[in-house]
Amino acid sequence: MAALQTELVDVTSQEVMLTFYRRLYPFKSIFAWINHQHTPARLFTHREFAFTIKNDVYLRYNSFNTVDEFKKNVCLLTPSRFEIGPVYTVRPKDRKTARKDAFKPVQRELVFDIDMTDYDPIRTCCSEAGICKRCWTFIAAAVRVLDTAIRDQFGYQHLLWVYSGRRGIHLWISDKEAMDLNDEQRKAVVNWLSVVQAGKESGKKVHVRSGSKPLPPSLRAALDELVDIFPDLILDDQDCFGSEKGYESLLDLIPDPKIVDGLRELWTSDPTSSSSDKWADLKNQIKKCYPQKDNPKRAILSASMEDIILQYTYPRLDAEVSKHRNHLLKAPFCVHPKTGRVCVPVDPSHIDEFDPSAVPTVGQLLRELDAIGSSNEHGAEHHSDWERTSLKPYVDMLDKHTQGLMNEVRREKREMDTSW
Amino acid sequence: MFKGAEQKPRNLQEHPQVAYYGTLQYPHRLNFYDKPPLFDVTVEEFETCALDRLRILAEIESSAARNRSWEETKSVTHTQCLKYLPLSNNSATKMDLNAQRRKDHLGHFVLRLAFSRSEELRRRFVKAESTLFRIRYENDDSMERQQFLDSRDFNWILVDKDEMSEYRKELSSVSENEKFFKVKWTRVPDLVEKRRVFLKGGWAYVPAREQASVVYQDFEVQLMGALEMTNRALPRLDEDNRLLPILDNLCKGFLSGVPSDWVASAPGKEGEITADMVDDIAKQHYPLCMKNLHQNLRKDHHLKHFERLTYGLFLKVLGLSIDEAITFWRKSFTGGPAETKFDKEHKYNIRHSYGLEGRRANYPAKSCQQLLVSDSASYGCPYRYFTPDNLQTALLSAYSSQGLKSSDIPEVMQTVRSKHFHVACTRVFEITHSQYNVKKGEGVGSGESVTHPNQYTAKSMEMEKAVKENLKGEMGMEID
Ligand SMILES: [Zn+2]
Repeated sequence: MAALQTELVDVTSQEVMLTFYRRLYPFKSIFAWINHQHTPARLFTHREFAFTIKNDVYLRYNSFNTVDEFKKNVCLLTPSRFEIGPVYTVRPKDRKTARKDAFKPVQRELVFDIDMTDYDPIRTCCSEAGICKRCWTFIAAAVRVLDTAIRDQFGYQHLLWVYSGRRGIHLWISDKEAMDLNDEQRKAVVNWLSVVQAGKESGKKVHVRSGSKPLPPSLRAALDELVDIFPDLILDDQDCFGSEKGYESLLDLIPDPKIVDGLRELWTSDPTSSSSDKWADLKNQIKKCYPQKDNPKRAILSASMEDIILQYTYPRLDAEVSKHRNHLLKAPFCVHPKTGRVCVPVDPSHIDEFDPSAVPTVGQLLRELDAIGSSNEHGAEHHSDWERTSLKPYVDMLDKHTQGLMNEVRREKREMDTSW
Repeated sequence: MFKGAEQKPRNLQEHPQVAYYGTLQYPHRLNFYDKPPLFDVTVEEFETCALDRLRILAEIESSAARNRSWEETKSVTHTQCLKYLPLSNNSATKMDLNAQRRKDHLGHFVLRLAFSRSEELRRRFVKAESTLFRIRYENDDSMERQQFLDSRDFNWILVDKDEMSEYRKELSSVSENEKFFKVKWTRVPDLVEKRRVFLKGGWAYVPAREQASVVYQDFEVQLMGALEMTNRALPRLDEDNRLLPILDNLCKGFLSGVPSDWVASAPGKEGEITADMVDDIAKQHYPLCMKNLHQNLRKDHHLKHFERLTYGLFLKVLGLSIDEAITFWRKSFTGGPAETKFDKEHKYNIRHSYGLEGRRANYPAKSCQQLLVSDSASYGCPYRYFTPDNLQTALLSAYSSQGLKSSDIPEVMQTVRSKHFHVACTRVFEITHSQYNVKKGEGVGSGESVTHPNQYTAKSMEMEKAVKENLKGEMGMEID
């Protein structure tokens, strides 16, 4: 393969993608993960797959009866990427034979999407499509907070975190109850977990308290986690209040004109002082203006400092992705067309060590295959060539995750059987 | 549905005028409608119960479309309920509670049949019904409400002392000094969404004062399930040709946002209005649809058949006697293309529409619902059938003399875009009657929406009359 000998692999090349799908893509693992058992069930056969092929043509409502058919079609179409959608009442490919209102989504993983662009108003190291190890810290914080909250509050256990291939991360929750949630319930989860408004509204003051009531317990837990990373990430690393624009955004969030005027005067004379100094200035200013500890103004201001910490560090969710069952989301192990990186699963307990730039790219993997040599040339099937590449630990991670899911499905089945 | 488990009211077909009424005991004012009514009814009762309930549900829908506050919605709905669907507490001794509750029960189930047929209808019906339930729940006597709650198993778990102390801090930040109940969180998505509960391991800890949310949610889930079941069982109903038209009509009415004909309960007294008064009334009191017809008649000295029919029936209900009607039309056609044919053809048609020729039927005037589905820009509802540009021009030219300003237009057009045509018309009524102190949300009176061109005009004339009489009274005082 000539293309593979050059240093740069054109990831948009059909040839590259075909090799990737034929030899590396872990179809069986993906199948088992979305199907929850070994024999094809509705979770797989009634599931929508959508393909993005040449010239950005988008093919929706594909469905397959077996994993072999799945692989065959992907290889045939060699999409640049594909997405997984909901389980429908009818096999999506047969939807035209069904009555119009008889074709509707019934189940789907509860999914979340966190994208670095939602942090653009506050991150100072990169912008737009860029991402570096420093801004990944935002994502890492988001993963820790959400992973804990969802397990503890909603009781879900089967969470799969997947790097999106460029500047974000996806979460797929496969618990039975989560699969069954209707749109209204999904919306409730999203709103329960959302604090910072999305898009242009992200600079608006967070609204998490009702009256003088304390922070809701779920956010109190998140805050306890975020208070620790705030000095490192926001003050030192990102230096969010270093510039005039940065500290003006901060002043906007302080509900006390006396404090705001004092700080503005101080900072106009020394605009380049560090964010840590400015945060300390804020604390001092409060003490100076309201020396008595039991002054109610102090309570209001300390609540708003907590809110500021949430505003700058709390996970920013792309809510629309999660709210509807029929939303499609890029499948794990697809290749990101711009970066060539594979969308690999991520272990949330090691999220801090995850380095997006160290994720295997399709070019690297194909070179690894080349290095293995052509010992396998005569075997028609290449189901497990990934085992001999750096993709292996990631596929193992998915398989292990699926094993946990399957064990539970089996346990539930047994309980159902014996209860009769 | 009325006998046994079968969903087909066979008795209706065989004995439309059944005299037997079973007795039903309704110990509670509130009803979850678990059981279908198992008694025979006449077709008339079937239809009236449904229509009366539909008025209420349509008003609830338009409350939402008109963005009324919850308190306003409650009070408007309550007023409408007193009129069409009273439902008293057990303490009310003078009322026939059984009859009230029977009507409530029956109306609900008839509408289920009508609204189970598409997902859109089911969704809207559940929303309106659960709002009605909620209004009744909130207005209920607290003791009777507790008795109702005790009569069902809501499957909630009282949080015991141990757990209360385990999560003392968390629970107290949700609500202090209160009992808590535990339910799976999926049963209270509305409370979760607003963070009004404590959530742990998939359980929502609901404070007692939010308990109603569990009840409403159960009501909705159960009703939606029942509607889906009815929908599957419904094809069997097709045999009954007596009910389908009624059910169809109910759906249409609801979809156009209008419950039914505004039955001309208070038409102008015959003889009060003469042909030469029509121009003036048109200018002061017509809704846009009738203004449009009237202007075209004045412009062309002619109207085509359906336009004539629609406008003629409107004038009849307005109070034009047969003789005045003939005078009006003859004058109007003078100078037009059909002037010479008038005595031969049109006179007969006018007499026909007054029930004096042919079948001698008393034809009612067209309601908003009929105009909304007429599919015509010349005699249908202009809010629906005019292009946005034409509608804006028509509105300003028709109503600027009554106080409609171009700054009012965007709001009206927004309502039109969201397809709430009758709400747009109602809003125009409100704006053009602000001189009579009509405020936003009051509609044509006590919050009622426009449902019939004659209702629009009658209410408008009533307002003017009331003001005039008031003035007279004041002047009388002065003279004294
Ligand atoms: Zn960066």
